[in-house]
Amino acid sequence: MSARTMQAHPSGEHEAAAAVAHGQSGMPMALVGMLLFIASEVMFFGGLFATYFNARAGFAGTWGPPEGGHIDLPLAAVLTAILVASSFTMQFGVWAIRRGDTGKLKLWTGITLGLGILFLAGQLYDYTELGFGLSDGVFSTVFYTLTGFHGAHVFGGAIGLTVVLARALRGQFSRQNHVAVEAVSMYWHFVDVVWIALFLIIYFLR
Amino acid sequence: MATTTLEPRAGSYHRSWVLDWLTTVDHKKIGILYIVNSFLFFFAAGFLALLIRSELAVPGMQFLDQNTYNQAFTMHGTIMIFLFVVPVLAGFGNYIVPLQLGAPDMAFPRINALSFWLLPLGGLLIFSGYLFGGAAAEGWTGYAPLTSDRFAPGVGTDLWIIGLALVGTASIMGAINFIATIFKMRAPGMTLMRMPIFVWTILVTATLILLATPVLTAGLIALFIDRNYGGSFFDPAVGGNPILWQHIFWFFGHPEVYIVILPAMGVVSEILPVFSRKPLFGYKAFVFATVAIGLLSFSVWAHHMFTTGAVFLPFFSFMTALIAIPTGIKMFNWLGTLWRGKLILATPMLFSLGFLSMFLIGGISGVMLASPPIDFHVQDTYFVVAHLHYVFFGGSVFGVFAAAYYWFPKMTGRKLNEPLGKIHFWIHFIGFNLAFFPMHQLGLSGMPRRIGDYSPDAGWTILNMVSTVGAFMIAVSIIPFLINVVATLINGEPAGDNPWEGNTLEWATTSPPPPHNFDRLPPIHSERPLFFLTQGHGHAVERPEDLVEEEIVDEKPGDIERRPKDLV
Repeated sequence: MSARTMQAHPSGEHEAAAAVAHGQSGMPMALVGMLLFIASEVMFFGGLFATYFNARAGFAGTWGPPEGGHIDLPLAAVLTAILVASSFTMQFGVWAIRRGDTGKLKLWTGITLGLGILFLAGQLYDYTELGFGLSDGVFSTVFYTLTGFHGAHVFGGAIGLTVVLARALRGQFSRQNHVAVEAVSMYWHFVDVVWIALFLIIYFLR
Repeated sequence: MATTTLEPRAGSYHRSWVLDWLTTVDHKKIGILYIVNSFLFFFAAGFLALLIRSELAVPGMQFLDQNTYNQAFTMHGTIMIFLFVVPVLAGFGNYIVPLQLGAPDMAFPRINALSFWLLPLGGLLIFSGYLFGGAAAEGWTGYAPLTSDRFAPGVGTDLWIIGLALVGTASIMGAINFIATIFKMRAPGMTLMRMPIFVWTILVTATLILLATPVLTAGLIALFIDRNYGGSFFDPAVGGNPILWQHIFWFFGHPEVYIVILPAMGVVSEILPVFSRKPLFGYKAFVFATVAIGLLSFSVWAHHMFTTGAVFLPFFSFMTALIAIPTGIKMFNWLGTLWRGKLILATPMLFSLGFLSMFLIGGISGVMLASPPIDFHVQDTYFVVAHLHYVFFGGSVFGVFAAAYYWFPKMTGRKLNEPLGKIHFWIHFIGFNLAFFPMHQLGLSGMPRRIGDYSPDAGWTILNMVSTVGAFMIAVSIIPFLINVVATLINGEPAGDNPWEGNTLEWATTSPPPPHNFDRLPPIHSERPLFFLTQGHGHAVERPEDLVEEEIVDEKPGDIERRPKDLV
């Protein structure tokens, strides 16, 4: 029977055939899922940003950290540079596997993961030396909620990167077959973009 | 080649019946799990509704105290909306959408199972407040500052927050699954403009869930931080803003209203043509109206907040009134479908006609409420309660029962008993109107919502008693439905593949369908592929090769007219 059979079976060796029969050309299903997930995440952060702007717009006094606290722009700038750099290294890894270069994929994914962990460590250090806590007024609340939830997303991305790295080390990716790398890279870029928005809003749009 | 071993070694190992249902990733079984789970929560929340109506039947507090009354209406609203109406429609979507698309399953079957199993977990968490000193008691809208740790110190509100966040996450995952399925899993020939209307409504609904629910999640997290970690999002004493909660809640909450009604509109749009023996009048207009409602739904949230003084009334009033246009178009679609049709008044059709009439009343009171002068007068009165029940119950729940009677034969292979179904419908319909129509008058004469007691001198007693009688009639009407379901499962009339002579693809397979859904598919050249099949213009595709060839010829989407000739 032809490979383009109409048998509609969801898994196993018929997957490719079913994929053809169901017109699954174009973007792989996993990437569609990831893009939709990112769309929902955009709305999630949209909600959190809305709380920031609402608090900022309705705030009577001087907007900023409470008495005795400060925010650390130089450290935040360094962290921004680290995260933006990690987006580049991630993309180098994606381009490598698109050429079929699994060695470079491992290298760049490892570097990206390292930069991600460095960012998280830097953020935790930042939290310890700011001199104010989440319950010290509305600025503190939105500051820690937004940066904290972003940090949680970086952590989620780091888990994704760890899985990609482990699979790459076991030789599971090839030029044709590396949808997980593409999906994790999309997510990583998204997390990076959210941070850039956060950085500009919290540290510059005062 | 290997296509003959479709179910490799089926039956070669044994799983218990229970384990099979607990671990299934088949969209049909998951759909049934959704529906059964939703009905269990429906009965729980319905029991709370009876408690509320019993308390309100006469002045004075007889059965509950003020606090338990607050918990009852909070749990009633939360559970009905988040754990009955939304998931039951998602359950029908789960079962029917892949079938209507000619697909073997949903795009992500395991995520599908996960998004179901989070529901009972979230629902039980919300209910478990009753075990820990009282459930949430601030209304299903959870307005700040009622939900602050100062006014609601109990753990019930925290459980409500966590449960809702879980249920919301589940529905976001479900929405991703629906959208991916609809865009990636359609059978050859099933272009977007040939999709059944039910699939279209599910697509728009899933998009609304995808974009609106995460905002509620953000709000719930903010509320949780306020309550547990000393945050001040909603606390004005330290620079927060309680109105912010209303913005966040209704930015989600108003799309939610369409999340609840659109699939029910889709169900009715499947049923009316079949039982009028006509195609749906104005398919494209209906599709565009559905998309228009979806788009508009993001620009009307503040009509819930007219009296806060914090929103620009003309804009939100105008946008809200605009929604009447696509909704009115749909009314004409439905009436045009009925017009000069050969109406068959079977139970699914009765519930669909019930939907049309009841939803019309809810729609009209909705347009009234869109006008700020009226809204200022009836804000937080029983007029709003009447309106929302005519839309949620008269609309969505009638749609749910229409869907249950319509697709039960497909799911079980047996047809529900018609006389019992008609008894159910008439008691239900009369009970519904007795319960909720008097609330319009109660609201206009000033009765506030969410009160457990009222003065005997207020003149509200008779109408409240009528409403309570109606609520118990609705409860009684469920009895013939349950008897019908059980008796049919035991010894029902076999349905055959296509008992209603429907024209969409779910009727092209056996009842119930095999695990892989279709052994073969008819050619798809319109939104009614089975019509061309049964009317002699088409032929069933016996050999898969045929279908692939036709797929190649059939590249022009929407070109329905020239198709039948090509086929013969």
